[in-house]
Amino acid sequence: MNTTAISRRDLLKASGALIVSFSFFGTASQLLAQSEGLSDDGLDPTSLDSWIAVAQDGNITVFTGKVELGTGVVTALAQIVAEELDVPFNKVHMDMGDTAKTIDQGVTAASRTVERGGPQLRQASAAARQELLKLASGRLDAPVEKLTVTDGVVSILDNPARKISYGNLLGGKRFNVKIVAAGIGWDMKVAPGIPAKNPKDYKIVGKSVPRIDLPEKFTGEFTFTQDVRVPGMLHGRVVRPATTVSKPASVDESSIRRIPGVVKIVREGSFVGVVAETEWAAIQAARTLKVAWSTPSKKLPAGPDEIFNYLKDTKSFKDTTPVNRGNLDAGFSQANKKYEATYHWPFQLHGMMAPSCAVADVQGNKATIWTGTQGPFRTRDAVAKLLAIPKGNVHLLYRESSGSYGRLEADDVAEDAALMSRAVGRPVRVQWMREDEHAWDPKGPSQYLTIRAGTDAQGKLIAWDFMDRSFPWTAAEGNALLASNQTGLRATTPGFLNGASGGGQVYTIENQKVVAASIPWVQEDEWPLRTSNLRAPGDLARVFASECFLDEVASALGVDPVQHRLRYIVGDKRPAEVLLAAAKASGWADRPSPTLSSGSRKAGGRGIALANRAGTMIAAVAEVEVDKSTGQVAVQRITLAHDCGLIVNPDGLKNQIEGNIMQGVSRALLEEVLWDENGVKNLDWGSYPVVSYEQIPEVEIVLINRPEMPALGGGEASIVPITAAIGNAIFDAVGARLRQVPFTRERVLGALKS
Amino acid sequence: MAQISLNVNGKTRTVNTDPGTPLLYVLRDDLDLHGPRFGCGLGQCGACTVLMDGNAVRSCVLPVSAAQKRTITTLEGLGSVAHPHPLQAAFIEEQAAQCGYCMNGMVMGAKALLDKNPHPTPAEIKRALNNYICRCGSHLRVIRAIQRASGAQPGKLVTGAVSASSPRA
Repeated sequence: MNTTAISRRDLLKASGALIVSFSFFGTASQLLAQSEGLSDDGLDPTSLDSWIAVAQDGNITVFTGKVELGTGVVTALAQIVAEELDVPFNKVHMDMGDTAKTIDQGVTAASRTVERGGPQLRQASAAARQELLKLASGRLDAPVEKLTVTDGVVSILDNPARKISYGNLLGGKRFNVKIVAAGIGWDMKVAPGIPAKNPKDYKIVGKSVPRIDLPEKFTGEFTFTQDVRVPGMLHGRVVRPATTVSKPASVDESSIRRIPGVVKIVREGSFVGVVAETEWAAIQAARTLKVAWSTPSKKLPAGPDEIFNYLKDTKSFKDTTPVNRGNLDAGFSQANKKYEATYHWPFQLHGMMAPSCAVADVQGNKATIWTGTQGPFRTRDAVAKLLAIPKGNVHLLYRESSGSYGRLEADDVAEDAALMSRAVGRPVRVQWMREDEHAWDPKGPSQYLTIRAGTDAQGKLIAWDFMDRSFPWTAAEGNALLASNQTGLRATTPGFLNGASGGGQVYTIENQKVVAASIPWVQEDEWPLRTSNLRAPGDLARVFASECFLDEVASALGVDPVQHRLRYIVGDKRPAEVLLAAAKASGWADRPSPTLSSGSRKAGGRGIALANRAGTMIAAVAEVEVDKSTGQVAVQRITLAHDCGLIVNPDGLKNQIEGNIMQGVSRALLEEVLWDENGVKNLDWGSYPVVSYEQIPEVEIVLINRPEMPALGGGEASIVPITAAIGNAIFDAVGARLRQVPFTRERVLGALKS
Repeated sequence: MAQISLNVNGKTRTVNTDPGTPLLYVLRDDLDLHGPRFGCGLGQCGACTVLMDGNAVRSCVLPVSAAQKRTITTLEGLGSVAHPHPLQAAFIEEQAAQCGYCMNGMVMGAKALLDKNPHPTPAEIKRALNNYICRCGSHLRVIRAIQRASGAQPGKLVTGAVSASSPRA
């Protein structure tokens, strides 16, 4: 491997201007290109004008249904467009997530926007460039083959004085060109036949272009969803029971009579909200309003233990089997030694920094919604259904909220705002309070994982039987969100599978089965343990179980964990390359775990884990220190190697990886939703702590760039191996195996005693 | 309701509000400032931080009446994209955010720290910001940005290289 060290600072310098002008709001010339009148189906994806507009000043506007969630995709996508069109990066403006102006490219999720949305915009750009060259050919009276483009100016190769800019070619006019657009959402193929640039010629893609959104975020000039203000706007707050949905048996309106500025108590079905002239009045009213809630129709499970028993004993409604190789019975019958273990994963929160927030303006049978949804069209459709109006009558304008990590695919608050606005006939801004968010966040579900394995007389794994029993995402597409549920809409599906990767399928074992079982979880009435996709859904738990169990076997066999893994990586070399890259960068010493105990109170250890998430390969080495007397674990360093194919923006990618490592440490050491029959117990940051500055590790990142490959999902994949690497490092340090997350002091002490 | 006079970012502003209203809502809703942000309303996360007489305070739990006759500085009061404060410039230079929602707290907390301790060690930075929550995990970049602003060479808390793979046959 040819390794070249490039500093972040050099990369930033290389990319030119640090501050790039940027606007979410279209200008008149940008809007010219848009079709008039919208059907329920929206714009026509086979019209090139639906994707790209060229203004007279040469500015390019890209219309995309993908949205910036604070991960940097607006910058990466703009790089891809600028590259393909041969225009300066700062000429590209991204108009994102406006349902009246953009094509539905599916939800923005899974850190896979560059992978899926990138080629769509690249191909639309290639088609636009082709059309611009055709126009230039006529104007310059030269064949297209003789033309070249530099910074948005077309010139003749052997006569560079003859030139014309994109702005002069098309400025403000429509392309009026049809392109191919087949399939929908993530799978849409846009202009697939148009030749695109050879990655060898990339000048902008591959550079650490600074994020275009960041400067304003450090000065207060940025407009988050939470900052949207509309003339005549009122403030709303929701009033929800703390526990499972019980009905508001009675609402004592007189209880808030003394709070000035209250406009209305909104009641529909079991939905209760208050609308007031000021935010503070709405907050006080929501807190003060006396609601007698009926006895819940159904009690919450008593606690995590009951959940694990339920997961273990309840029949799955759907089994997904990504690997079923050889014959497990035969494998186990030939096994010289057998192993088995059970791993537990808790409910965890998305924990957005910004509680859910949206502004709605419902007037008659039309609605305008400003929200931070990950799925603008999904939220539009949900609001239309809730209000019983046509989809085309709902205009959704995306405005960025805080990082959401999957939570805003189920954009509950937009519905709350729509109900309240309809009730008062004015625009209403609704923001959830912290306790609303912690209680009603559709959580990352609990998982119960069992694994059996067998080795032959030579110590080779010959049988691998992996079972993940998990809840589907009940708050998934097609299922009613909170306010919909409270007003009578019901789930129409049992929910969406919580993923199936990470159960050991990165390895090839002669007799191998990996199953992800979906356990029924949809409730007639929503309860606080509703579920949805939480960053790299399900993979953290499956990789925690499979990679720790692999180390259990390696330890029993007395072999080094890296060597043990390499034995079962067959075919594709990329998993082996990241594994070795992480090991090498961390200074990995070839030896079995656990390390020889020093006898001192604090013991250090290292652990490794490997994962393949949707084709992105990641390996992480964790170095920890365990205090044997208190059970306290300190993660000192994480070394992570990451291969997502072609890298579009190295610093943007490192930023995402760093963040995922921190969130991974947080989820491994600290995070667990607790509840009792009265509801969720962690209703603030004090009772649901997340990683703090004094708990963070140092980080070393090795990026493996593969320009010969397409760009795959980057960032989120790197959270996947963190828990497993830490678990293996704890075992290496003290010889105690942690099989339940989070790794609390009590659990570490318990494992030390057993 | 009462007339409350505030000194915010060097200007005197008068608002007519319930004196018990937390300062945050007055800054955001009456004075149209976007820097201080609502994160928890409990004084736990730090997203609402402003400087009051130079001290970092959580505006989501501070009644506006308690801010009278004090000097309030918000994120906007430090600088703008066109004219950033050196601390803001350092955050930009280090690309020290992901979603950026919590960054008001990080910048204001850092400002309060550097005003008292112009050359903090990484350990002192961590201690000063330990009660500011960042969910995206931009901690290391924030520490580097503060080091940069303090004139120190940003520490090698994150290292690594981009390696070019050889194209496979």
